[in-house]
Amino acid sequence: MSYELIGMVVLWTFLFGYVIVASVDFGAGFFNAYSLITGKQHILTKVIQRYLSPVWEVTNVFLVFFFVGIIGFFPSTAYYYGSILLIPVSISIILLAIRGSYYAFETYGNKGHRGYAFMYGATGLILPASLSVVLTISEGGFVEMTDNGPFLDYWALFSSPLTWSIVVLSVTAVLYISAVFLTWYANRAGDFEATKVLRRYALIWALPTIVTAGGIVYELRSHNPEHFESLMNLWWMFAISIVFFLFSVWFIWKKKNYGVAFILLIGQFAFAFYAYGISKYPYLLYPHLTVHDGVTNDAMAISLIVAFVAGLLLLIPSLYLLMRLFLFDDKYVSGKK
Amino acid sequence: MLLFEDPVFSSRMLTLLTLTFHVIFATLGVGLPLMIMIAQWVGIKKNDLHYIMMARRWARGFVVLVAVGVVTGTAIGLQLALLWPNFMELAGHVIALPLFMEVFAFFFEAIFLGIYLYTWDRFENQRKHLLLLVPVAVGATMSAFFITTVNGFMNAPAGFNIVDGQMTGVSPIEAMFNVATPTKVAHVISTAFMTAAFVLAAIAAYRLIRGSNHVYHKKALHMTMKLGLIFAVATAIIGDFSGKYLAEHQPEKLAAAEWHFETEEEAPLILWGVLDDDQKVRYGIEIPYALSILAHNDPSAEVIGLNEFPEEEHPPMFVHYLFDIMITIGMWMIVLSLAYWFAMRRGWNFVKKNWFRWLIVLGGPLSMLAIQAGWWMTEFGRQPWILRGVMTVQEGATQSDYVGHMFFVFAGLYLILGIGVAVVLRKVFKNHPVEKELAEQGGDQS
Repeated sequence: MSYELIGMVVLWTFLFGYVIVASVDFGAGFFNAYSLITGKQHILTKVIQRYLSPVWEVTNVFLVFFFVGIIGFFPSTAYYYGSILLIPVSISIILLAIRGSYYAFETYGNKGHRGYAFMYGATGLILPASLSVVLTISEGGFVEMTDNGPFLDYWALFSSPLTWSIVVLSVTAVLYISAVFLTWYANRAGDFEATKVLRRYALIWALPTIVTAGGIVYELRSHNPEHFESLMNLWWMFAISIVFFLFSVWFIWKKKNYGVAFILLIGQFAFAFYAYGISKYPYLLYPHLTVHDGVTNDAMAISLIVAFVAGLLLLIPSLYLLMRLFLFDDKYVSGKK
Repeated sequence: MLLFEDPVFSSRMLTLLTLTFHVIFATLGVGLPLMIMIAQWVGIKKNDLHYIMMARRWARGFVVLVAVGVVTGTAIGLQLALLWPNFMELAGHVIALPLFMEVFAFFFEAIFLGIYLYTWDRFENQRKHLLLLVPVAVGATMSAFFITTVNGFMNAPAGFNIVDGQMTGVSPIEAMFNVATPTKVAHVISTAFMTAAFVLAAIAAYRLIRGSNHVYHKKALHMTMKLGLIFAVATAIIGDFSGKYLAEHQPEKLAAAEWHFETEEEAPLILWGVLDDDQKVRYGIEIPYALSILAHNDPSAEVIGLNEFPEEEHPPMFVHYLFDIMITIGMWMIVLSLAYWFAMRRGWNFVKKNWFRWLIVLGGPLSMLAIQAGWWMTEFGRQPWILRGVMTVQEGATQSDYVGHMFFVFAGLYLILGIGVAVVLRKVFKNHPVEKELAEQGGDQS
């Protein structure tokens, strides 16, 4: 296995991890704000905050891992993406800052300023939209190479239907993933009123998620035919993804096995996400940059891989401890600790 | 306005803004875990609830600061690529390893901090709970170590060769352990401990001035002043080594910081003063032989002057004042904490007077100012280079439009975060006065 392939697999896995944990987090913030409007606050807020408080920093680290890792393995991405993403990424930083400070200020500080909770909820929807723009840009067609370096054509970007379908998918996926997770979490906590509300949200957002995902494949056909074709070669991965989706919706519908439903959901997104990633290979920025052009030297690649393995050996037991104490400790989950 | 016209200048200013704000939280984030750990350890050993309560209350403030540190740290991490894409492409090939490992170190810290905070009453044995702080403190210190090696690399590039524009022979380990790393890392970590101790001492002194006569604050003040003294002295010793490093490997930075223009033996150290057009210093405080001693441990040693370097490679002359601010405050804090410690031993009463306590209160912000001055001095002192001798800031910067606009956007963000932190910290401690909390824990002896 070449270094670029190892690097890409590791980074894609971290990005996938971020998509899942951040979706849970983003969506939870939105549901929290929404419940304030509809007066269902007493039902939802407790469950949501109980889960979010101890793990929020962990979520952010997944993102940092991804961008530090990609600069390490593929330093050219710093040049290409760094030059064009000033504005979109700056906006994302500000939104992340609002979220991060919300946890600090609300959870450890004083209870509940409504305006802040709304802002926080709103960032949960705008952030996936602003971050997913990077994926859209990587599809090509929006970046021009000039003498002064790469240049992003904002008009082309924002007038493209592909951009907006990816934005819509990112938002619906966030709400769906989050609702399914929180249904399971509320159920474990024995909070059946919250479970009921969250289960309804999960069912509401299931169909839009699949429909918009299909929409993107359709858009890609005209936007980047080459990518579309390699995507079609992996049709079986998408088929598996859809089967997983159907089963998890069925379990939620039948009000049973919420835990299995969430695991199936991870499977569903994993298959779709990796199929998308594999079909994109080897392009980091179509058609300007491939993993082969962009990869770092052998010495750095080896030392990053060694550091990564050593780091995992340190982190996996620690994460296990965290999960055991907060996520899988029934007494904690139900609020008795 | 230059800020809107020149992307290089605005990139520099935005980086300056973000780092200046981030350094406040990064410094306390590195320094506080050790203080919390020591307090809890003393509390368990002496079976004294007051120290345990210190750990508990400091940890509560620490989390708020860490959160802002995470946010601004993410910002600077991304801004490095957004504002310095050419530099990051080059640096990514050589120095990506410690950046990558820093994320692990932080992750490690964050996980255990989360566990520590939410498990105060879950352990029968307090020692087990204290053990959770070890990875927090180790993770924080390792983060500082890894990031500072990157800064060391910018000052003393190592671990690669450039042959015909092609990079060869990359060694990430050599790049990490460049000649600047040992003194820089030691200096950053010891000043973080020193600053955290003096900031906590300032808070305790302030509570005492404001009329609380609680023994809790007296214990806190006593402990943090002693710790501050230890780390202030350590900092001075490490600072001496930093001078020797500079004289050997970055003589132009030392010369600019010292306004030392002609190469000469028996060089004096000049503090403060005003520079005229003929490179003459007026009104300065001159300490004979001190620069030769700082640079080479020998009063007659030769110290290289700034005029040995081409003018376009001179750092800006104001770094002298930044250097002086740092040195003066460092020395002052040693004097202040030594006086406190000595007077407490002797039972002299002046240290318990309000005027002396006000000096301690002032010492908190002063220590932070010294940290800022030190970072500004090392960054401006490296100009015009972003990677000394290899790439200038001009070559490293982005060509994007709107960097100037982003400067104002981020200035607004940091202003809001800064006010938010101040308000929240005030509320956290005002709503839970220590007297009340001690009474709740049921063990107030005083």
